[in-house]
Amino acid sequence: MLEVNDLHVTVEGNEILKGLTLTIKKGEVHAIMGPNGAGKSTLSAVIAGKDGYEVTQGTITFEGNDVLEMDIEERAQAGLLLGFQYPVEIPGVKNIYLLKSALNAQRAARGEEEMPAPDFLKLVREKLGYMKMDPSFLQRAVNEGFSGGEKKRNEILQMLVLQPKLAMLDEIDSGLDIDAMKVVADGVNSLRAEERAILIVTHYQRLLDYITPDKVHVLVDGRIVKTGDAELAKELEANGYEGIEEGSAA
Amino acid sequence: MSDTHTFLETLHQHRQSMGPEPTWIAARRQAGAARFEAMGFPTRRDEEWKYTDVRGIAQGNFALAESAEFSQATAATLTLPLEAYRLTFVDGVFSASLSDLEHLPEGLQVLPLSKALETNHEAVGGPLGRLTGVDFSAFAALNTAFMEEGAVIRIAAGCVVEKPIIVQFLSRANDQPTMCHPRVLVEAAGRSEATLIEHYIGEKDAQNFTNVVGEFMLDRGAILQHYKLQEAPLGDYHVASMHVEQNRDSRYTSYSLNLGGALVRNDLISDLNGQGAETNFLGLFFGQDRQHVDNHTKVNHNAPLTFSNENYKGILDDRAHGVFNGKVFVKRDSQKIEGYQSNQNLLLSDRARIDAKPELEIYADDVKCSHGTTTGQLDEEAVFALRTRGIDEATARALLTLAFAGEVLEEVKLDVVSERVELAVAGKLPERFNLTGLVEAASALNELD
Repeated sequence: MLEVNDLHVTVEGNEILKGLTLTIKKGEVHAIMGPNGAGKSTLSAVIAGKDGYEVTQGTITFEGNDVLEMDIEERAQAGLLLGFQYPVEIPGVKNIYLLKSALNAQRAARGEEEMPAPDFLKLVREKLGYMKMDPSFLQRAVNEGFSGGEKKRNEILQMLVLQPKLAMLDEIDSGLDIDAMKVVADGVNSLRAEERAILIVTHYQRLLDYITPDKVHVLVDGRIVKTGDAELAKELEANGYEGIEEGSAA
Repeated sequence: MSDTHTFLETLHQHRQSMGPEPTWIAARRQAGAARFEAMGFPTRRDEEWKYTDVRGIAQGNFALAESAEFSQATAATLTLPLEAYRLTFVDGVFSASLSDLEHLPEGLQVLPLSKALETNHEAVGGPLGRLTGVDFSAFAALNTAFMEEGAVIRIAAGCVVEKPIIVQFLSRANDQPTMCHPRVLVEAAGRSEATLIEHYIGEKDAQNFTNVVGEFMLDRGAILQHYKLQEAPLGDYHVASMHVEQNRDSRYTSYSLNLGGALVRNDLISDLNGQGAETNFLGLFFGQDRQHVDNHTKVNHNAPLTFSNENYKGILDDRAHGVFNGKVFVKRDSQKIEGYQSNQNLLLSDRARIDAKPELEIYADDVKCSHGTTTGQLDEEAVFALRTRGIDEATARALLTLAFAGEVLEEVKLDVVSERVELAVAGKLPERFNLTGLVEAASALNELD
């Protein structure tokens, strides 16, 4: 589904990713872990298409298409969705406007009709319930005045409504208390499906207590230095990243 | 030949073709002409006109329209689809066929100025020109020199007018550009309540000059909602001098929505003369191409315990130029007043420009006042965030621009008006972005809750 091959990325002249290679197949849940500054957020930013990241070498393909040749909105319409570490506040734009515009943009890209309003409302209310969010959220401006937990729940809500093929979650657990993390993890787990892949980027292992990944990658200094199963995450929690770095150097 | 001469010559020619008129109006006309000639058109050396160049008007050659002919079918597409009492002027000339003054409720008078002068000119003589005299500006003086048509609206004490009163000005695409100098005179007696919509619109290729003077007198406890929907053709010149006088406990709200016109200048002044009087100025101006939109507002707190609140938002694209000059004046010993003013501007292009100048002048010590102005561009992070959800860039920008205008539009109580403004601001939206659908979905949701 997603293939990242020998990716080199520089930001303001500094090389952050130094030959990252990663393959995600559908149905899989991957976790990328690594210390601060390893390039975790850079990877998701590049895949989403954020400005200021220069790809100097390597390729990213999604279902065989060159991601780097796609507009930001085309990536999302194709089913590549990023949940932000720091969701942006958008004053004046109601959540319901965002959800409806986004869903209809995706359907239009697939050549489908707009979803009729009653079906849309039914869908949104069901997902709201899942994220334990009050319907009044829909009338509020996107993320404006939301607590950290509410912002993260809102990111997952968008995922639940838009049903991406690949959901990328960037530090989705940061700033969450344990109850909020459980709600977010439940939301993510409900996205697990045979035709869908999930990529979780996280600094800490604790989120992986609730979402068990199929594969865990360790990202250090712009490269994946080790790949394993869920056990690897627990190992990292016990020993830290330093052991891995030494191991990779050896 | 000076610029004023062309206008005065047109006036002279026109008056010769007209019959005799009451002496008071002839005297005021002369005073207007004399004052106009003495002042001349303002230049950018005048502090009040520092950012606005009126040479396009001064050097124009505008005729006076002779008829109110206008296709009913075209008018129907331009007219606001509202159940309303309606007065229509075509290039300043009253059109009986496009007006609807039947079944006026008891206590409400709506009539063209020409008719008011014909039937009972003494009743008009007192209020006309009382608030906006010939000294206000060269344009007010010019208007006075030409005044003969416009809207006269009288609302009797305690009368609550349910339907809005629409005064619409249609601008035609003429071979020779025309000018008109209409008056709008509103006398709202004690505890009366009404909604007035001034609507300016016309044929796409029109290039006319409208120079309107409005006077609004609100007696004790009167309430007036005053909409100005200015959608004049993009070749039109539009100058408006509006003056409001408020007695005790009256409440005036201005919704000044400016979308059209090549050169637009709005002056809006409220005099709060009695305790408990409240004035609200809400404004939205949107400029594209090379449009120039100048808004000058002034609130005079002449009495203690008066309240004013102003919120103006400007959106400027391409090479459009906006001006906001808002003044709050608190007279000596007008204690316990509250005066708030805010102006925010959004520049959508690098070549768009805004000159914003908020002013406070306070001669009392127990007051609550604030003012502020900001100018910025669309938040690129928000554009990016919306695009990462699959929303294309044009729609993302339209959504954010609408969101910026939202704070003012949400206050607009007439959906027909706010929707027209929304569509104009959002521009030609991609088809897949269905604004109406969005609004419907949001309201359906409200009903479910």
